[in-house]
Amino acid sequence: MSFLIKSGGKSPIERFSSFFDRKAGIIFPLPAVTVICAVIIFPILYTIYMCFHSWYASSLTSPVWVGLENFRRLFFEDERFKNAIFLTFYFTSFAISLQLLIGLGIALVLNREFKGKGIARTLFLLPMVATPVAVALVWMFIFNPEVGVLNYLIEILNFPPQLWVSDPKTVIPSLVLVDTWEWTPLITLILLAGLANLPKAPYEAAIIDGASRFQLFKEITLPLLRPTIMAAMLIRSIDCLKTFDIIMAMTQGGPGFSSETLNIYIYNMGFFYFHIGYTSSILVVLFAVVSGVSLILIKLRRGAW
Amino acid sequence: MAVKKGLIGFLWYCLISVILIVFLSPLLWMIISSLKTQSQNITFPPVLLFRPYFQNYINVFTQVPFFKYICNSIIVAIATTGLALVFGLPAAYSISRYHQKSLAFTALIGRIAPGISFVLPLYILFSHLKLIDTYPALISTHLIRILPLVIWIMVGFFDDLPTDLEDAARIDGCSILGSFFRVALPLTTPGIAAAAILCFIFSWNDFLFALILTGNKAKTLPVAAYSFIGYGEIDWGGLTAAATVITLPALTLALFIQKHIVKGLTFGAVKG
Repeated sequence: MSFLIKSGGKSPIERFSSFFDRKAGIIFPLPAVTVICAVIIFPILYTIYMCFHSWYASSLTSPVWVGLENFRRLFFEDERFKNAIFLTFYFTSFAISLQLLIGLGIALVLNREFKGKGIARTLFLLPMVATPVAVALVWMFIFNPEVGVLNYLIEILNFPPQLWVSDPKTVIPSLVLVDTWEWTPLITLILLAGLANLPKAPYEAAIIDGASRFQLFKEITLPLLRPTIMAAMLIRSIDCLKTFDIIMAMTQGGPGFSSETLNIYIYNMGFFYFHIGYTSSILVVLFAVVSGVSLILIKLRRGAW
Repeated sequence: MAVKKGLIGFLWYCLISVILIVFLSPLLWMIISSLKTQSQNITFPPVLLFRPYFQNYINVFTQVPFFKYICNSIIVAIATTGLALVFGLPAAYSISRYHQKSLAFTALIGRIAPGISFVLPLYILFSHLKLIDTYPALISTHLIRILPLVIWIMVGFFDDLPTDLEDAARIDGCSILGSFFRVALPLTTPGIAAAAILCFIFSWNDFLFALILTGNKAKTLPVAAYSFIGYGEIDWGGLTAAATVITLPALTLALFIQKHIVKGLTFGAVKG
């Protein structure tokens, strides 16, 4: 990139133009920086400010400084918070491991040339671009204990009918099922791209040495694919920890509190009780959880090389 | 040997078909159920041969102000997309040309942090400004997710664009602004189109921000569909018809930008 600074520009337009050219690196991103400050940076700073205060979103009183009181209550007294932390990790680890396993399996099945591969790939995109709330409502119908098709299907296979999202014991696995349906295709497509980029030479050498198919997979494919798997895991963990749409649409955290993950707890605390200070402290915890998990996964991915 | 190979190939196709059917069945079930009457929808075993019942769709549009919600969704999605491009394109160009990586990573906070951590402070701000249940409130929160998307997608496209052409234009006396508008943007039109469609889909599908920030006036389709449930007996045909109407535009648009969908969902974590 060359920087030819015009000199001697006299008309205002030319002067503006030369000013712009000199400052392009500042002026170009300026609008975006303004928006980012207003809607991304400001809310986060405000949340950090609020988490040390007690305030009920009332215009009559102003926030009262309480120091770490919110966090003390959160970690030592709040059973609902502990439950939410547990459910968030339960949901995320269950969903991620299931999706990675199925996603990898399907990627290996699809990873060969066949007629209609393009169509299969296209159809696979549909679950993840479908409006989450709309499909959550369809899943409500599928799960419905009386009229849902899922109980009909499992009764054909001689299993007892389930209450699915209406039973505290099965609600998280049911939500995991929906999340898995929605997001396994993403993992599959990420891994397919990774598989397509693997070098051919190690396989040729191993085949000459008489390696079996399973050995090829275990000794070559898996280690080479590890960075891609970690990337898929990273993106899914970030999104899974903050799953909102399907849980809100299907259970609102119920029955009882049996599917009230951190995100849903924050929604209830913030927008039913309007306990802004306390909710902000939970937000800080959720933000720390998401960043912490991301950092660990990024470290793990780097460590692989 | 040839027979064995053919058999394996056949089994392979069967396996792929089963996988696809499993993953598509909820969407197919949505469309099938939307064409059934309530009594057909609650019969066992499920009726698979039936005369399509389009009344569900007519009900969706006549019994609730569904058309208004469609308009709201479209207005918000188009405005968000437009603003995201206006703000995001110059920023992405600058990040690519002046290597402003820190800006790109700052924008990534909007992608990583939970949506609800932005919406609580903004809710308080918007109540002070009397902006709750208006388009500007919803559009500005949608930008949290969508501006980083535009920036990251377009940085990729600008990085792929050789600087030679812009350099030539500069030597011929074109200003930086001119080379951005006359060289860089026209040459990345396919990328801009893909980014725009991604923006539209993401805004269209948003539930969290709309649920919290809208009431009756600016309510978008996902929130409208959500409020269908919860009162007495559910009209499953109507519900699935509404779900179909909401989902189809997103699915259709996605078909145009298949290659970019994964990029749009994984930017920041996966290269390329």
